[in-house]
Amino acid sequence: MGGYGDVKLLNDDGTRLDGRTVDEMRPVEIKAGILPAAQGSAWVKHGLNVAVVAVYGPMEAHPRKIQRQDRAVLDVRYNMAPFSTSDRIRPGFNRRSREISKVTAEALESVVLLERYPRSKIRVEIEILAAEAGTRCVGITAASVALADAGIPMRDMVVGIASGKIQDTVVLDLDKAEDNYGQADLPMGICPNTGELVFLQMDGDLSIEEYNLATEYNYKAAAEIHEIMVAALKARYDGGEA
Amino acid sequence: MSQGQNGAELRLVTPGSAIGPASGRRVGTGALIQGDEIIATRVGHVRERHGTVSVDPVASCYMPRSGDLVIGTVIEARSNLWFLDINGPFQSLLPMSLAPWKVEFGGTRDHADINDSLLMRVQEVDEVQNVVATMKGIGLRRLAEGAVLDIDVQHNDALRAEGAALLKRLRDLSDCRLVLADNGRLWADGDAAGIDWLRTLLRAVAAAGRSDRFEALLDAHAANAPNQGDA
Repeated sequence: MGGYGDVKLLNDDGTRLDGRTVDEMRPVEIKAGILPAAQGSAWVKHGLNVAVVAVYGPMEAHPRKIQRQDRAVLDVRYNMAPFSTSDRIRPGFNRRSREISKVTAEALESVVLLERYPRSKIRVEIEILAAEAGTRCVGITAASVALADAGIPMRDMVVGIASGKIQDTVVLDLDKAEDNYGQADLPMGICPNTGELVFLQMDGDLSIEEYNLATEYNYKAAAEIHEIMVAALKARYDGGEA
Repeated sequence: MSQGQNGAELRLVTPGSAIGPASGRRVGTGALIQGDEIIATRVGHVRERHGTVSVDPVASCYMPRSGDLVIGTVIEARSNLWFLDINGPFQSLLPMSLAPWKVEFGGTRDHADINDSLLMRVQEVDEVQNVVATMKGIGLRRLAEGAVLDIDVQHNDALRAEGAALLKRLRDLSDCRLVLADNGRLWADGDAAGIDWLRTLLRAVAAAGRSDRFEALLDAHAANAPNQGDA
């Protein structure tokens, strides 16, 4: 979060540089079951972000020291492809990808019924093919769809979405310029059916009123994204419209 | 919406979807009670029978249960037991005392080596999912001929419904001997053409991913079947 106040991110009419209103989300497309080799998979395009997620398992957890006698282990790996940003990213894991893998796993552990598969492991591979701010949220959404596609039992799905603050204005779903030069970023993982919040991070400063407004925007967007997630799963299994 | 076997519309639900009020109803597989409502835990079709609401999943993995007929692949042979992949989250163990052969200590590989396929029954599954299999029983044996094909476990019910009518059609059309195991594996023994036809059909079924589409896909592939005679 740069917080550079001199960068103009809002037009004079109150719209954003890409023409969206403050509470408007970037377009979202989702497809389920795109990888035949994986037990479950999903492709999500959110604005210019593109994520592909594959789910494998449940499988026997190795090495054995990671096994839990009463539940499965969720092994999430988030990775950005070297070509996903304008500057080439060095391949392999780094501190950021480890952090995002960890918080994504913790968000998904809240909904996946891990106690059904003691001693086993469920592998979730998140690959970001194109990045334009908000990739951790896109990864969470895509992982949810892929887990559902794999037939892993869950209490609910998780939708990842972020709001933030630019030029002292709370806006929904920051794009790259807004993320780089804005004042705050509030990504959330929301269970759309129960309304539970299973993932929350905040970068920058928000007042209580701004936080509440950002949360309201996130919940509204989560409901919209959830409809697209359900439509994608229905298109895969019931021949409906994606 | 899909059509069920009795022509009724099947409702597809996703994890977290509310199925209906919990009062006076029991919960079966693929669903749980949250507050006053029954919610789905998997993508699948809602089924209500005798007051029990469950979700028939459209995708699932094999979970071993005692008594299941399974086809396992040997992945490790120790001095007195084998470890087998049974297409589930957990490996199965076959002790030499439950094998149908007289096995000398250290001679397990003489009877079943790595990558051999064995037709077995699940003897025991404990609370932490340790699986013990047995080969003592009628028809349980090493599968030395034929091919082991993968088939999604959610199709088993459709194949076995109405006196295994679909399975019999598969057998007649492919002209192969078939054994459908509970763990998503089908053993087929016959001509290469029959096995090849089965493999093509099962690949199409896997791509479609829905149990009630099996019969339609079988009809579509029937014209290419090696045995057109009495099918």
